[in-house]
Amino acid sequence: MTCTEFIAQLDDLLEDRVTTTLRADLEEHLRGCEHCVITMNTTRKTIEIYRSHELYELPNELRVRLQKAILAKCKKC
Amino acid sequence: MPNIQTQGTEEVHPDVLLVNRAREGDVQAYEKLVKQYDRQVFRIAQHITQNREDAEDVVQDAFLKAYEKLDQFQGNSKFYTWLVRIAVNESLMRLRKRRTGRMVSIDEDVETEEGSMPRDLADWGPDPEQQYGQSELADILRKTIQGLPPGFRTVFVLRDVEGLSTEETAETLGLSVPAVKSRLLRARLQLRERLSRYFRKNKRDGAK
Repeated sequence: MTCTEFIAQLDDLLEDRVTTTLRADLEEHLRGCEHCVITMNTTRKTIEIYRSHELYELPNELRVRLQKAILAKCKKC
Repeated sequence: MPNIQTQGTEEVHPDVLLVNRAREGDVQAYEKLVKQYDRQVFRIAQHITQNREDAEDVVQDAFLKAYEKLDQFQGNSKFYTWLVRIAVNESLMRLRKRRTGRMVSIDEDVETEEGSMPRDLADWGPDPEQQYGQSELADILRKTIQGLPPGFRTVFVLRDVEGLSTEETAETLGLSVPAVKSRLLRARLQLRERLSRYFRKNKRDGAK
């Protein structure tokens, strides 16, 4: 398996959606390719970091104001 | 989210019950849906438009449009997915306006070769985000994701930040499942590559 072929399967590997046979092939590639090990680990970490950090919080005051505006308009519909 | 088991084998999502009540004019039922999903809609809108005022407008307009179109909601998709589709369209429209009329679509800039294959081979430490304070880290993450083309950014946000499935993301954006998978992979690889500038081992200690 080449690195290009490994990368093409990376998402399915990270999401545990590969067959047992394919997983074995991917793991075999990883044993001999530090580059792909690093790519896999840091890509996984990238997803984790974005999932665990709230970048755009809706402040409570603004939230209440938006809710009121939305519902006032809905009542006029 | 729990499903309500009816007497038969069919399960009805709680949102569908709220939608049905809202259709009959129960605004309080709709208020529950607004309170349930306003944070997510704001987050998605802010990610796509990259503008706070636009994101506020999108939240209002998306919920109002959804309310006006409740009769068109078929119930064969989740209410949330249907709402997100409206919010994404509203967001892209506002992004287009900000860019003085230049077309912005979900297909923009996706032909770039960047992200097809990783170039940066540097490994990261076990907890790379610990190198930065919360505020500094948030700035880095925002700046990095803002650099992605809108078509990649939107797929990544829906799939990885908001947790929609690949199929739901495809349905929401009007893309095929293979197109979503291709964009997601490249978005992830581009983000990884760009974050490596900040998270590579020994970044703050000086090269060893």
